[in-house]
Amino acid sequence: MKKTNKLYLIFLIVFLSVFYFLVENQFYRSIVIYVMFNAINASLLNILFGYAGIISLGQAAFFGIGAYTTGILTVHFGINPFLTILIGAFISFVVAYIVGFPTLKLHGHYLAMATLGFGMIVYILFNEFTDITGGPSGLVGIAKLSIFGILIDDESKFYIFFSVIFVGFSILLELFDKSFYSYKLKFIKESESASKSFGINVSKVKLIVFATTSMFSAVVGSLFAFYSGFISPVSFSLKYSIDLFVMATLGGLGSITGGTLGAALLTVFPELISNFEDYEMIIYGSLLAIIVMFFPQGISGLIKKMLGKYVRS
Amino acid sequence: MKKMLLILSSLIFLGGYAYAEINLGAIFSVTGPASYLGLPEKQTLEMLVDEYNKAGGFKGEKINLIVYDDKGEDAEARKKFLRLAQNDKVITVIGPTRTGPSLAIKDEAQKNSIPLISCAASKVIVHPVNKFIFKTPQSDELAVEKIYEYLQKNKNKKVAIITSQDGFGDTGRNALLAEAKNYGIEIISDERFKDTDKDMTSQLSKIASKSPDAIICWGIGPAPAIVAKNYKQLNIKAPLFMSHGVASKKFLELAGSAAEGMYLPAGRLTVVDKLSDKDKYKPILMDYKKKFESTYNQPVSSFGGYAYDAFMLFKLALEKGGKDKEKIAEALENIKNYVGSTGTFNMSKDDHNGLGKESFLMIRVKNNDWEIVE
Repeated sequence: MKKTNKLYLIFLIVFLSVFYFLVENQFYRSIVIYVMFNAINASLLNILFGYAGIISLGQAAFFGIGAYTTGILTVHFGINPFLTILIGAFISFVVAYIVGFPTLKLHGHYLAMATLGFGMIVYILFNEFTDITGGPSGLVGIAKLSIFGILIDDESKFYIFFSVIFVGFSILLELFDKSFYSYKLKFIKESESASKSFGINVSKVKLIVFATTSMFSAVVGSLFAFYSGFISPVSFSLKYSIDLFVMATLGGLGSITGGTLGAALLTVFPELISNFEDYEMIIYGSLLAIIVMFFPQGISGLIKKMLGKYVRS
Repeated sequence: MKKMLLILSSLIFLGGYAYAEINLGAIFSVTGPASYLGLPEKQTLEMLVDEYNKAGGFKGEKINLIVYDDKGEDAEARKKFLRLAQNDKVITVIGPTRTGPSLAIKDEAQKNSIPLISCAASKVIVHPVNKFIFKTPQSDELAVEKIYEYLQKNKNKKVAIITSQDGFGDTGRNALLAEAKNYGIEIISDERFKDTDKDMTSQLSKIASKSPDAIICWGIGPAPAIVAKNYKQLNIKAPLFMSHGVASKKFLELAGSAAEGMYLPAGRLTVVDKLSDKDKYKPILMDYKKKFESTYNQPVSSFGGYAYDAFMLFKLALEKGGKDKEKIAEALENIKNYVGSTGTFNMSKDDHNGLGKESFLMIRVKNNDWEIVE
């Protein structure tokens, strides 16, 4: 087995801390925070699609389940914020298990359709349960999180808090990548019948991966609710699921840095070009097309290739 | 690849705007599902700022308008607001177009002490009142009150309501149920429909069987037109009322002859040609309409009017309070008797919308066109 990619983890830690001390502007900090949110979600999707070959177009729904659980429980019932994260994670796990049980037996387009349908149903529920979710106009007044007596109420504090979580998540991800389990998933992706003949319980493994990633999504969703203090169904629509999908693909499927790279590029780039207003979409679209056409392994594949040239020779 | 990066980075650099002293920010849903609202708002604001700068600006200083698109999304609006506050150093932000994004940046506006003049309808934006948050469109409650007042005058007591299951229909339904008591009105039937429904005969037959004095339908898009058609087919005698959400030429096209005789509250911009010359709003509205239609070559919409009022309020506050953000917020709160495109604004400590029922007119459909009732 390969050694863990310490370089990448050190780079993350150095970048996040240097950025914090050099840049005081809250807008730039908020962009990095959004990059981290998207990066975690895209990496989770990368595990599903890039490793295990499960196409899920319903990831935004699990993200939303976490966010709404936290939102509803703190706004209407005043429950301890930390507890709501756990409750959200639990609900999401159970829902993913129940949904995954029948749907994960499907493959390719059919699985995509089923998860798409699930995502839409959840989106409709957020909209229609007006009394508790606040309906289309959203849920206001979500409590803030406090740790060791410090209330996390501005960009800087949240930046520190979330950076720690993000680095922790990246380490976990890296460990996963080098573990036996990730090879098991890649094996399943290559050939289900072959892995069955080796005694792997394919449907069970898939179900556990699906439920676990959904649980993590919900945790991130809860944190998102604390961060923005306001949620509405728009943030959890099909568009977000597709955005995540593009991020994972663009960054590089089946590679642990892929989700983060894709999220960083697709979150920062639109901000850079938003001065062009009318041409924003054209520039964005052509960039996507170029990457998908010429770099099928995504950005992380490209970087690996470039690094490989120097390292090997 | 290097060359490409070079070109790209230089393009980004050139894309930056020139430095100016008064930075005014705006966030509108120029693309996305609410673009039909956001685009006229952006166009109106650009036109007005241009005109203001040509006339000399504020004490010789020009306004530098920075508009961002939130695509109708909360997170996007929040990012753009922080960008306006931290990078562009704006002194006021106009927009966003929709309620969700407006609520999403409410806290940030307060933290950064930047006055926000929202162009979204929901009452929640300015209730509870926040020192820095204002809005220009009429709240839906006012439309409900306008209808109830009219019903009360005509001694109609038993009312049936049929509302759509979306954000607009929902706030309407809540307001209809809550305000009924104050006008001595009894809701005898409460039916709902989905935007995508193709037939409302069953709901309407149920309503007809209870023989109400009036029927009120609350919704936007094609569904209310279907309600109007079914209403005619069932030959119901009680008059049909609709919300201001259908006050567009598009609705008249959809409903055709079925809309004949239907009542609705609407802003004055919808019926500007039919206003009497004595109406104090007519000069402003005609002026806005003429300018907008000659600049952009497309019909004016009442949504652009919200941005029109927002800019005018900002202008008044700027001229009174100067470039200080706190002073602008204070000046906004003290604006009285400003006659705008939507109505007369009377801001106060408890009311950061400042509009009254008079901002709506009761109109009726006649010969597939609008007619002012009162």
